[in-house]
Amino acid sequence: MAQAIARTTWWRSRRLRGLLFQGALIAGITLAVVGLVEHVLAEGGASGFGFLNNTAGFDIVQHLIPYSEQSTYGRVLLVGLLNTVLVAVLGIFFATILGFIIGIGQLSSNWLIARLCVAYVEVLRNLPLLLQIFFWYFAVLRTLPGPRNSLNPFDAVFINNRGVYLPRPEAAPEFIWVVAAFALGLLGTIWLRLQARDRRERTGEHSDIGLATFALLVLPALVASAITSFPLTFSVPVLDGFNFVGGVVVIPELVALVTALSAYTATYIAEAVRAGIAGVPSGQREAALALGLSRGQMLRLVVIPQAMRQIVPPLTSQYLNLTKNSSLAVAIAYPDLVSIFAGTTLNQSGHEIEVIAITMGVYLTLSLLTSGVMNLYNARIALTER
Amino acid sequence: MRIRVAALAVLAALVAQPAFAGTSPTLDKIKKNGYLRCGVSEGLPGFSNPDAKGNWTGLDVDFCKALAAAIFNDQQKVRYTPASAKVRFTALQSGEYDVLSRNTTWTMSRDVQLGLEFAGVIYYDGQGFMVPKKMNVKSAKQLNGANVCTQTGTTTELNLADYFRSNNLKYTVIAFEKDEEVVAAYDAGRCDALTTDQSGLYAERLQLKNPADHIILPEIISKEPLGPAVNQNDPQWADIVRWTLFALVNAEELGVTSKNVDQMLSSPNPEIRRLLGVEGAFGQSMGLTNDWAVRVIKQVGNYGEIFERNVGQGSPLKIQRGQNALWTKGGLQYAPPVR
Repeated sequence: MAQAIARTTWWRSRRLRGLLFQGALIAGITLAVVGLVEHVLAEGGASGFGFLNNTAGFDIVQHLIPYSEQSTYGRVLLVGLLNTVLVAVLGIFFATILGFIIGIGQLSSNWLIARLCVAYVEVLRNLPLLLQIFFWYFAVLRTLPGPRNSLNPFDAVFINNRGVYLPRPEAAPEFIWVVAAFALGLLGTIWLRLQARDRRERTGEHSDIGLATFALLVLPALVASAITSFPLTFSVPVLDGFNFVGGVVVIPELVALVTALSAYTATYIAEAVRAGIAGVPSGQREAALALGLSRGQMLRLVVIPQAMRQIVPPLTSQYLNLTKNSSLAVAIAYPDLVSIFAGTTLNQSGHEIEVIAITMGVYLTLSLLTSGVMNLYNARIALTER
Repeated sequence: MRIRVAALAVLAALVAQPAFAGTSPTLDKIKKNGYLRCGVSEGLPGFSNPDAKGNWTGLDVDFCKALAAAIFNDQQKVRYTPASAKVRFTALQSGEYDVLSRNTTWTMSRDVQLGLEFAGVIYYDGQGFMVPKKMNVKSAKQLNGANVCTQTGTTTELNLADYFRSNNLKYTVIAFEKDEEVVAAYDAGRCDALTTDQSGLYAERLQLKNPADHIILPEIISKEPLGPAVNQNDPQWADIVRWTLFALVNAEELGVTSKNVDQMLSSPNPEIRRLLGVEGAFGQSMGLTNDWAVRVIKQVGNYGEIFERNVGQGSPLKIQRGQNALWTKGGLQYAPPVR
């Protein structure tokens, strides 16, 4: 064998060939990028990132930071990025909750619940996501009344086909004292919890701190509010002309997009959860029950922590998928990054290469961040070999 | 080997630039192909839209037919290529078609920066608003605080922002990527108004559940002169396209129609005689025959006939002539004289 290796001529050595191919690949990519940049520069005028300082001139329906027609394309990028992040965060939140419920439900010993959960997964997983987004959007729009006949489930909350209108909290300067009081209360609960844990570890006795925690969280803030004569007021939406003004509006595009994304991604998360739980050896369950844990405790303290090791890696890739799928927003007029930056801004400024490069960079960064956070979490819960 | 021959052919084509002005390489190529290549929209009723049998119809399509009639004496010798708003100019520049006849607004940047030549204005359009009748809105100035649906990535978004800002009105824009979703969302009550070019509004109104429940407001908030465009590098071809358009308008002004064009050949009116090639050699100087306008009018009709048939009273759109009436009737359609 050693002789065989010795006989291979130097240009056929695996190491050298590897280096050569990788070198060629890097050189090729570099050439392509340099060529692209030179081409862009040669076009003149419409090159570089200076256009980000130009006035955008168009309006955006939902912006989390101040924005107007006089704002710049750079601002558009920021508005779009925040809108994308908002959808991604909300979508991940609801998809995780729904996915865990459905996933555990699939393993339920109740025949009806188990079948319903399986049916949910099989139906929603096998329909194209874009179709589901359209379904939710037009289902929401068509069933809701116009602004004049708004639903009014609670005082100062209005629901119509223009969105959900909620009162907007408006804080007076004194509100800072209320926040401080609340923070103090929060610190108190943490201290209380630490004390309780300490006691349990020392004596094995369980202390009930539920009521005390609640009091600590509510009372200081309430007292501070009363002293500063209630600095938090609410601006209530009022029907004026065509639409409601004042308050906060949750636009139907956001509702439809988050609903569709979480309902769809939840099916994949449910499958990951089911597989993770099924992967925990049944001996663990039997041991937990033998120790006298209730079924709930068994699930919470024994099964789920072990199942998480199997669940987290596929969960991460579902989070990434959800973030990337949010770019379908453009179909229903939700102003995400792809819609207002890689769409409108690109069309109006004509800087295709720069805009697409920035957009790709943003999605890459978002995905790498998500995956980084999930990897950290995964490392924490991973089985530590001793 | 074959690749090398092809490469040589390309090189030769690059080297052999037109030797002298006066011949049109585009016209030569069209004659050699035996058909005109015409870039149209992906489907806009009244302008360029395939009918139930898959034949293209519309105002922009009829203009291509007029060109084919002028060149081949056969309006059927056209091949249509649908082009999206995004690729239409690139495809024209790279020679995918000979003329772009596709509800395209003539703007300075397109004319000057993109290396195109606009032949004229076949339809004076402008951005307008459609609202439900029951809103009781009579003017766009009453739209303060309204939700407005539109298509993203076009100039309409910018015109909208400019209009509301200059009139000190508040609004919320809901911008969709595709036209169908704009119409569906408006129909579902997501917005109080829908905005796009007025010609498009008439076409989109037909797609609503109850077209009669919606009105188009009188205000026009932008100038959108739509016209056919060609490549800048062939001035003679641009002349043919331009004067075919002018011939359609002049024919209407002089009262020459597809029905009476044969009798008009014996008209004593010198303007008619020059247009129809009875006097002068205007057709020949463009590389066509002198009776080019006769063939165009006989096969396709004059401007007024084309308008009424495709977008006017003879069509489902029922658009008034308005700005597109002849200048003699208070409109903007005006063609230089044949002389």
